[in-house]
Amino acid sequence: MTFTLFLEQAFNGFQAGITLFLIAAGLTLILGIMDFVFLAHGSQVMIGAYAAASLTALTQNFYLGIIFAIPITFFAGYALEYLIIRHLYKRDHMEQVLATFGLILFFNEAIRVGFGPAALHSNLPASLSGFVYILPEIPYPEFRLLVILIGFACAVGIHVLVSRTRLGATVRAGASNAAMTAALGVNITRLRRLVFAIGACFAGVAGMMLGPLTSVEPGMGEPLLILSLVVIIIGGIGSVRGAFIAAIIVGMVDTMGRVMLPVILRSFMEQASADGAGPALASMMVYILMAVVLVFKPTGLFPPNR
Amino acid sequence: MFQKKTGFALLQELDVKKIATIAGFAALLFSNVSLADTVKVGFMTTLSGGAGITGTQMRNGAELAMEHLGGKLGGRDAEVIFVDDQRKPDVAKQLANRLIKSDKVDVVTGVIWSNLMMAIHKQVTRSDTLLISANAGPSPIAGKGCHKNFVSMSWQNDQTPEGMGKYMQDAGIKSVYLMSPNYQAGKDMMAGFKRYYKGKIISEVYTKLGQSDFQAELSALRAAAPPATFVFQPGSMGINFIKQWKQAGMDSVSELYTVFAVDAVTLPALQEAALGALGTQTWSPDLDNPINQKFVAAYKAKHDGYPSFYAAQSYDAMLAIDHAITQSGSTDAEAMRLVLAKGDIPTTRGLLKMNTNQFPIQNIYLREAVLDDDGVVTTKILSTVFEDHEDSYAKDCRF
Repeated sequence: MTFTLFLEQAFNGFQAGITLFLIAAGLTLILGIMDFVFLAHGSQVMIGAYAAASLTALTQNFYLGIIFAIPITFFAGYALEYLIIRHLYKRDHMEQVLATFGLILFFNEAIRVGFGPAALHSNLPASLSGFVYILPEIPYPEFRLLVILIGFACAVGIHVLVSRTRLGATVRAGASNAAMTAALGVNITRLRRLVFAIGACFAGVAGMMLGPLTSVEPGMGEPLLILSLVVIIIGGIGSVRGAFIAAIIVGMVDTMGRVMLPVILRSFMEQASADGAGPALASMMVYILMAVVLVFKPTGLFPPNR
Repeated sequence: MFQKKTGFALLQELDVKKIATIAGFAALLFSNVSLADTVKVGFMTTLSGGAGITGTQMRNGAELAMEHLGGKLGGRDAEVIFVDDQRKPDVAKQLANRLIKSDKVDVVTGVIWSNLMMAIHKQVTRSDTLLISANAGPSPIAGKGCHKNFVSMSWQNDQTPEGMGKYMQDAGIKSVYLMSPNYQAGKDMMAGFKRYYKGKIISEVYTKLGQSDFQAELSALRAAAPPATFVFQPGSMGINFIKQWKQAGMDSVSELYTVFAVDAVTLPALQEAALGALGTQTWSPDLDNPINQKFVAAYKAKHDGYPSFYAAQSYDAMLAIDHAITQSGSTDAEAMRLVLAKGDIPTTRGLLKMNTNQFPIQNIYLREAVLDDDGVVTTKILSTVFEDHEDSYAKDCRF
């Protein structure tokens, strides 16, 4: 493998990681800060993708579709918290798992009823479907570059929000001692609702970014949910910084594993068995990584300070 | 009788006398005495998750066949029980067990995925129930592991890519890059392709089944710069792959050839991105015979869109069951399969011939994605690559 190809694959891994981070960021806040097990986060991705795809079709403009879809995902999260989630905070984790798993089934079926089982048409506008040369000899799809930029902007935004603003300070305070924070006059109920809606919004943005790349269909969020759970376990539950670094690591390991493992195995195995073992092993890589992290650092790489 | 009404809805429609009769029937049903005249067909497919659209096409095809047959199979009252395998082999096994043992079906049909077919093959065929594939055609059950109670109304996995291999060989393409998901059908597809393509294989890449982002594989492909690329990516994997292929500007790097990636399941999502894509298939909506034209017209009228080969094969499977019962006058597995083994089964692909392993002998067509007169993307036959093509495992099959 040449060096330029290696660089290009690193870029691919980075882009995969950034997308994953958008999903994991909200989830780590909900899981870590609100101590709530939320499995339907993948559905927020799907809602974002469907909102963007159908609004794009309606307005005939990709950018307008995205702009209108962002508030929809925010309010979807807000409404979900108000209608269902807030009743579950006091329940134990197993009940939260069951309830939010039920939500996954509900959302998938609701989308299927509303939009049909077929994948939606969601291609890119001509202005974004070209590619640019990030280095000589490495053309890269423009849209993927945009995904990286938006993801990066979101990451900076979340970081500033959590660690530099008053809202972030109350979120962190609410996480370490909810009762005390409430006693100091912070409306903890509203705070949770806001965190939840912001988390849903970021997941929705991830869905909007994924829409034109992959197929927009019912259940599209579940594989991503599993990967983002891996990310927040590696990064340390509740840590946004950890989620960012872990997402990049997972994106890199997954991408590099997929392209390099079969090549490496082929150097000392028969072609046929390498072709079989390579992809199988590659798809296990991130889980192996998670297992290793759990053995040596059970609280994750960057556990939040409590 | 496609869907079971809820008990409550039934009660509302009926008066007391009828309820009494129904109770009698129910008692009969629960005591597992099936009514001699009702033909029961278990139709297994994937109705939920990412592959749900494929399963929906299959169900639509089977339902349309039942409509055209007046709700009867071989002149007898018929019941089709649709079950959702969720693309999981363990679920498929449980469902097959239920269909055979508690529903006591006469035929199990449907089945999209080869790995699921492998999971249920033994259990269904050994219970003396006829198993008719409407899609999957894994190689192990076409050759040494064949069983007389299995009949394919689709194809053996290798057949379709063999057509592509021959086409690319004849077109004088010197070298090719191969990509397919890592499971039974993926391996079969590549084996079939290589049987007829004798040029250089630059690389053979296996992706994860259900993979959604192919960017890393596309980067590696660009670096290898093959003149041609042959890809098997069914269903939504096909949508993802072709979208990303276009976005990465791969058209300028390599020529794309596919099997099972560009069809009525993926075209509505791909639209103009797929135009010009070449693939081989045993069926196409423009195939010129009366059964196919009736099927395609009725499907389009009912579902507002083209049927895919999945729908056509499911339609064919139901026609085959009807044909078998009519000809044999029985729902006995052996009697039905003897009729089907003779071939000449009326289908959307014309009168279908059968090989000794009960897989079809059929034409393989080269298709291109084009716009029809109404501006809808569909596929059109360009040429016939193989006429009466047999699969290569039949010689190993002894019942």
